[in-house]
Amino acid sequence: MRRLAVWAVTAMFALAVYLLLTLWSGAWGLWSLSELIAGVVMALIVGLVAGNLLWERGGWRMLMPHRWVLLLVFSAGPLLWAMARANVDVAWRVITGKIRPGIVRFDPALKTELARTILANAITLTPGTLTVDVHELSGAFYVHWINVTDERPTPEQVCGALPAWARRIAE
Amino acid sequence: MNIVIYILLAVGAVFNGLGALALIRFPDVYTRIHGATKCTTFGSIFSITAVVVHGFLRGGGEGGTLAVHALFALVFLLITNPTGSHALARGAYRGGIKPAQAVVDQLEKDRR
Repeated sequence: MRRLAVWAVTAMFALAVYLLLTLWSGAWGLWSLSELIAGVVMALIVGLVAGNLLWERGGWRMLMPHRWVLLLVFSAGPLLWAMARANVDVAWRVITGKIRPGIVRFDPALKTELARTILANAITLTPGTLTVDVHELSGAFYVHWINVTDERPTPEQVCGALPAWARRIAE
Repeated sequence: MNIVIYILLAVGAVFNGLGALALIRFPDVYTRIHGATKCTTFGSIFSITAVVVHGFLRGGGEGGTLAVHALFALVFLLITNPTGSHALARGAYRGGIKPAQAVVDQLEKDRR
């Protein structure tokens, strides 16, 4: 029963996004008939594949609208700034060839899957740091770092304010 | 206004060029992924922003559609790129490729 509810809710979300993206696509009302059929079929498949992953361990938190606003603020502000600094830094390392690579471990103490996903994505998106693995149980991050300054770093040393923002958005 | 588009394209091309150079200069798969990430972040952000500016300047339905489509392309690129990079790095590590010139490999220590 729960599986069915999860499937239906996820499929409805996927369909809503699809309908927003294909607005004014046809002469038949707002959407053309073929778009509607394709949308329903794809939404059902997406619900089947992603349903269980999405709602497990605190995924429902993202139903609160202010978290989406926070996600937008984070992407346009701190993430973009971190990306800009890292880009210039790595560009300089490409030219000079000064690298000190290594895989370090740190524990950002994030509990929900979603917060870990957001942080891992943000870390990988900034050049110079790359998430290689995340320990499922303890939540420890293994990050390939192009300039290892400390072999046992704190999360702030590797990725600055990003863990705090991941916690704000999804926990 | 064309000068803005040219500047954006030039900056994007420089970062993309440096990313390509990184593939030659860096020693192993992990450091090369850092270089490739630089392409997909600043390289494509600046190139696609140039397309968006061009679309808005052209105006009308066609230009607006071009700008919005380009923005969507950027959003999806920024969501999918880290996923792919992480899958590559994790797959490489599980496949037994050790990071070259590494000063520390905590993952190796913890797996033992």
